Amino acid sequence: MRSIRARLVATICGFGVLLLAALVIAPVVGSTSISLARAFDRSTPFADNPDAQIFFVARLPRVLAAALVGSLLAVAGVVLQALLRNPLATPDTLGVSSGAALGAMIAITFHLDVSVAGVSSIPLASFLGSILALSVVYALSSARRRGLSTMVLLLGGVTMQSFFSAVILFLQYLADFTETGRTLRWLMGTLDVGSYAPIVAVLPVVVVAFGIVSTLSRPLDLISLGADAAAARGVDVLRSERLALISASLCTAAAVALAGPVGFIGLVVPHLVRLVVGSDHRLVLPASALFGAAFLIACDLVARTAFSPLELPVGIVTALIGGPFFLWLLLRAAR
Amino acid sequence: MLQVDSVSFGYRADRPVLGDVTFAVEPGSLVGILGPNGSGKTTLLKVLAGAIAPSTGTVRIDGRRLSEWPRREIARRVAFVPQDTHPPFDFSVLEIVLMGRYPHLGTFALEGPADLAIARQALASTGTSAFESRPFTTLSGGERQRVVIAGALAQSPQWLLLDEPTGSLDIGHQLEIQELLRRLNRDHAVTMVLSTHDLNFAAALCRDLILLQNGRIIAQGPTADVLRPDTVRMLYGVEADIRPHPRAGHLTVTPIARVR
Repeated sequence: MRSIRARLVATICGFGVLLLAALVIAPVVGSTSISLARAFDRSTPFADNPDAQIFFVARLPRVLAAALVGSLLAVAGVVLQALLRNPLATPDTLGVSSGAALGAMIAITFHLDVSVAGVSSIPLASFLGSILALSVVYALSSARRRGLSTMVLLLGGVTMQSFFSAVILFLQYLADFTETGRTLRWLMGTLDVGSYAPIVAVLPVVVVAFGIVSTLSRPLDLISLGADAAAARGVDVLRSERLALISASLCTAAAVALAGPVGFIGLVVPHLVRLVVGSDHRLVLPASALFGAAFLIACDLVARTAFSPLELPVGIVTALIGGPFFLWLLLRAAR
Repeated sequence: MLQVDSVSFGYRADRPVLGDVTFAVEPGSLVGILGPNGSGKTTLLKVLAGAIAPSTGTVRIDGRRLSEWPRREIARRVAFVPQDTHPPFDFSVLEIVLMGRYPHLGTFALEGPADLAIARQALASTGTSAFESRPFTTLSGGERQRVVIAGALAQSPQWLLLDEPTGSLDIGHQLEIQELLRRLNRDHAVTMVLSTHDLNFAAALCRDLILLQNGRIIAQGPTADVLRPDTVRMLYGVEADIRPHPRAGHLTVTPIARVR
């Protein structure tokens, strides 16, 4: 077997090139065809260059939002799967996304447009929602030290999802009728951010979350073998588990605040990545971050172009791919 | 020298799992902990590994209290092999063994050639080199146990703690693990403390025994002195015939009847 250093370099280069290709190709494709060469042509002023305007103003923010959201949800999935020692744990199946969505809905519905320390209220509210949901799941799983059975974990997640959905529906029922359409679209998961501003708003959260996750790759490997075994290998288990909990909540919250609850990314991406790079989290984490970004860009490309000029919310596309994928994993695990 | 002084522990304050446990283990020893289900064997091993902190009392290694050591520094001296290992992901055998190098590396450090050499050495000394690139989950119970022991050896420990190392193995694999542990203790100077339910395994392998009942030590000392019909009756409520086996060269225990 090649050394971990060589595998890490190969992983980052391979998936990095894939993401770069997605980032360049996706904004070129759309209802109006544009030329990449003309979009990057610096000799024409920006105001007189429609190709550059479509590329940088109309399409690139949406593509960047897709990259960020895909990356965040994939990483959250990897962290949760290791933390709960269960490959079917994801922000969606555990109800963490719904918690984040409820938090964001409360902030949107009641117009809580304040910002705390440069972070606007919507990501903040969605972080509170996601950490609440995740704390419940974590409390359930630490009540029985050996980790939860898949059944209990998924049932707990389903219960939490329906509960949060009910509260979200209640909020919608109360809310102004003209706003229902907007929030409904957001709840389906949509990347139509409109400008760079919402992306910039969640960037601080992303930096903190990814910063924490980068220190956790080896502890997550060891924790996935069992808490006692990890402790005996020198891992500060309690500290690592708390950091994992917080960073997974932050990732989910930032993604949901930006795009609503886009489903199944945290499930599909880590599983596909493990087929290529194996299970070492030092490879799985960066690979999932890069591939998650490329994957959601591709899904959004389908959402934008499949029924052109109609643009679907990307959440519909990921659910259509993710639902059958999840059933296939369940079938495989049952064997 | 491993010294345990009046250690008590309970997951809940009103229900102690260990009470006033005191013993010492000399370097080079091979000590077995015997006791019925729920007597605190596993908990005691986890306390020795530093995975859980005792409520009262101290554990010292080479005179220094375990509670004063950073986690990684303990793990460079003491390794722990849990009863069973079921990774939820498809790690390869070499990946599992390389994880043993964790306490020797910094947060962002990757394993170098030296770490790889130590891991391969550990694979060789447990007879698992042939499985190196196979997925861990495809191995048999006995093979898995040997790989997990290899992972513990990759920590380069002076102390090896094993929780029921032969718990779920057939007699062929049991003998294999027994030989492996004896060899590691003799040739590699690894001091061992292990818990077991199998009295014959303990009699064959361990030079000293600690008998644990309801979290308290009821007897300890050389195997030949401690393993007696009266102590076995006290521990398990079983009438047993204990005698040296002429060919095996150690005591054998034959349970005869359940007594109350």
